[in-house]
Amino acid sequence: MSATTEDRSLGVPHVSGALPDGEAEIELRGVSKRFSARKRETLALTDIDLGIRKQEFVTLLGQSGCGKTTLLRILAGLTQPSAGEVTISGQPLWRGDHRDDDALRKLGLVFQDANLFPWYTVEENIGLPLLLRKVDKTERRRRAHELGELVGLQGFEKALPRELSGGMRQRVAIARALSYNPEILLMDEPFGALDAITRDKMNLELQRLAEATKATVVFVTHSIGEAVFLADRVVLLSARPGRIRSITEVPAPRPRSLDVTAEPNFQASVLELRRQLTEDEERVAGDGGVTE
Amino acid sequence: MSPRMSKLLPWISTVAAIVLMVVIWKLVIAVFDVSPFVLPQPEDVLSGVRDLVQSNDFWSDVRVTLTETLVGFAIALVLGIGLGTLLGRVAWLEQASRPVIVASQVVPKVALIPLFIIWFGFGITSKIIIVALLSFFPILLNVILGVRSVDSGHRDVMRSLNAGRWQTFRRLEYPSTLPYILAGMEVGIVFAVVGAVVGEYLGGDQGLGYRIVTSLNNLEAETLFAVIFVLTLFGFLLYLAVVLLKRFLIPWHASTIDSTRAST
Repeated sequence: MSATTEDRSLGVPHVSGALPDGEAEIELRGVSKRFSARKRETLALTDIDLGIRKQEFVTLLGQSGCGKTTLLRILAGLTQPSAGEVTISGQPLWRGDHRDDDALRKLGLVFQDANLFPWYTVEENIGLPLLLRKVDKTERRRRAHELGELVGLQGFEKALPRELSGGMRQRVAIARALSYNPEILLMDEPFGALDAITRDKMNLELQRLAEATKATVVFVTHSIGEAVFLADRVVLLSARPGRIRSITEVPAPRPRSLDVTAEPNFQASVLELRRQLTEDEERVAGDGGVTE
Repeated sequence: MSPRMSKLLPWISTVAAIVLMVVIWKLVIAVFDVSPFVLPQPEDVLSGVRDLVQSNDFWSDVRVTLTETLVGFAIALVLGIGLGTLLGRVAWLEQASRPVIVASQVVPKVALIPLFIIWFGFGITSKIIIVALLSFFPILLNVILGVRSVDSGHRDVMRSLNAGRWQTFRRLEYPSTLPYILAGMEVGIVFAVVGAVVGEYLGGDQGLGYRIVTSLNNLEAETLFAVIFVLTLFGFLLYLAVVLLKRFLIPWHASTIDSTRAST
C-alpha cells in the first residue's frame, strides 16, 4: 500500500494515496491550494496524491479547517488548484483557466445546504441540470418523477422547497445531482445539518443509491462513525497545511446495515482514526498553527 | 390563533379603525364646537366626495395625476433597474458613486420641486421628473442590494453545471433579484404619488394636487377633505397593483405567502 513519509518540516505523517497507473478513475497528482487574503497566505492543501477507483466509495474525514471541503471543490472544478493536476477518467479537468465540459458532465455535486432554487418546484429543481442542457420538458418531467421515486419523494413533485423538511430538501438535491446520470457523485457533508436519526436513514439510502446508480462516491464528513460506515476507504486529512494523514481500508462488503457498527473491526477502525485526529488536534493547538 | 381568524383579523381591524375614527371625529366637533370651516362633519365630507366626483374636470384631473405618477414611476423603474444592476455588479463603480448617492439621498428632494417648476414649467413634464426622482432611489438601492444578494451556494450549483452567462442570469440572477425589485417598487409607488401631488400643489394648473390648492383658496373644507379621501384611495389602488404584481411574479417568496402558511 501507500508509503508513509515523514514531512521533514513538520514531523507529521504525509501519505501518498496514488494508485498504480490506469487503476484510478479520479486522480489528484501533487495538488496544492494556496489562499491569499490581506497579504496573508494560507496553504490550505499541500501536495495531495490520491487515486479513486471506479465505483469506489471514499470518505474524506478531518476536523474543520483541514481543507476537506477545498479538496472536494477542487475535484468538482469549483476551485482551481494552485499546483498539481486533477484528471477524471484520464481527462484533465482544467485546461488553463477553463474546465473541460466532458469531465464536468461526469460529476454530480451535493452540498451541505441543499441549495435548491426557491422559485422552482421539486420537479423543476430536479430537472434544472437537464434544463440547462436543453432537454425538453416532457423528458425532464419523466426523469424528475423517476428520480423522485428513487430518492423517496413521490407525491412532492409540485411542492416548493420551503414546504419541505431538511431531509426532504437533501433528497431533492441528491436527485438533482443524479438527473444527468453522472458517473461520480461528490458530496460535501450532505447530511451534516440533519438530526441523527434522519442522518442514519439517509446514510442507509445513500448506499442503496450508490449501488443502484453504480456511481463512484466521494463523501466529505467530520463524523468518524459516518466516514467508516460508508466507505471502502477513509482518507484522513490533517490540518495546517492540509494533507493526507492516513488511508484506512474498510473491508466489510457494501451495502452495510447499521449492525456493522457493533463489530470489533469497525470499532477498532473508529478508535484508531479518533486517536489520530486527537493527536492532530493537540499538535495544531500546541504550535498555534502553521501559516506562511 | 386559528387560520380563519388571522385571515379575518385585518378586515375586522379596518372596520373598527374607521368606526373609531368617525366616532372621535364627531366627538371632537361636538365637544370643542369646531367650525365646519375647520373640520366638517363626516357625512358632509362624504357628500363632498360625491360632489367632487360629479364635478367638471374631476376625471381629467385624475387622468393627469395618474399619467404623471405612472410615467414618472416607469422612468424610475427603468433607470433604477439599469443603474442598480450596473452598480451591483461593478464594485468600484458603486464605491465611486457612493458619495453622490448618499448626497442625493440626504437632499430633501421635495425642496427641489420649485426648482424643477422653474426649469421645466408648470405643465406635466416637471411633475413627471419629480415623480421619477422621488421613486428612483428606493428602487435603485433595492436593486443594488438584490444583485449582490444572489446566494453563493446557488452560484456554485450553476457553476458546477457549467451554466452559461445568459442561463445564469435567466435561471438564477433574475429570479433572485426580483423580490428586491418589487420591494423597491412597493416603496417607490408611494413616493411617486407624493411627488405628483406635491408637484401639482406647488406649481400646477391641473390634477388632484391642484384641487387641494383651489379648495384651500376658496376655504372649502369639505372639498379639501374629499380630495384627501380620493387621493388616499388613489394611492391605495396603485400600491395594491404593485402588491398584486408581486403575488403574481414571486408567489414562492416569503413576503407574499400568507402568514398562516408561513409558520413551518
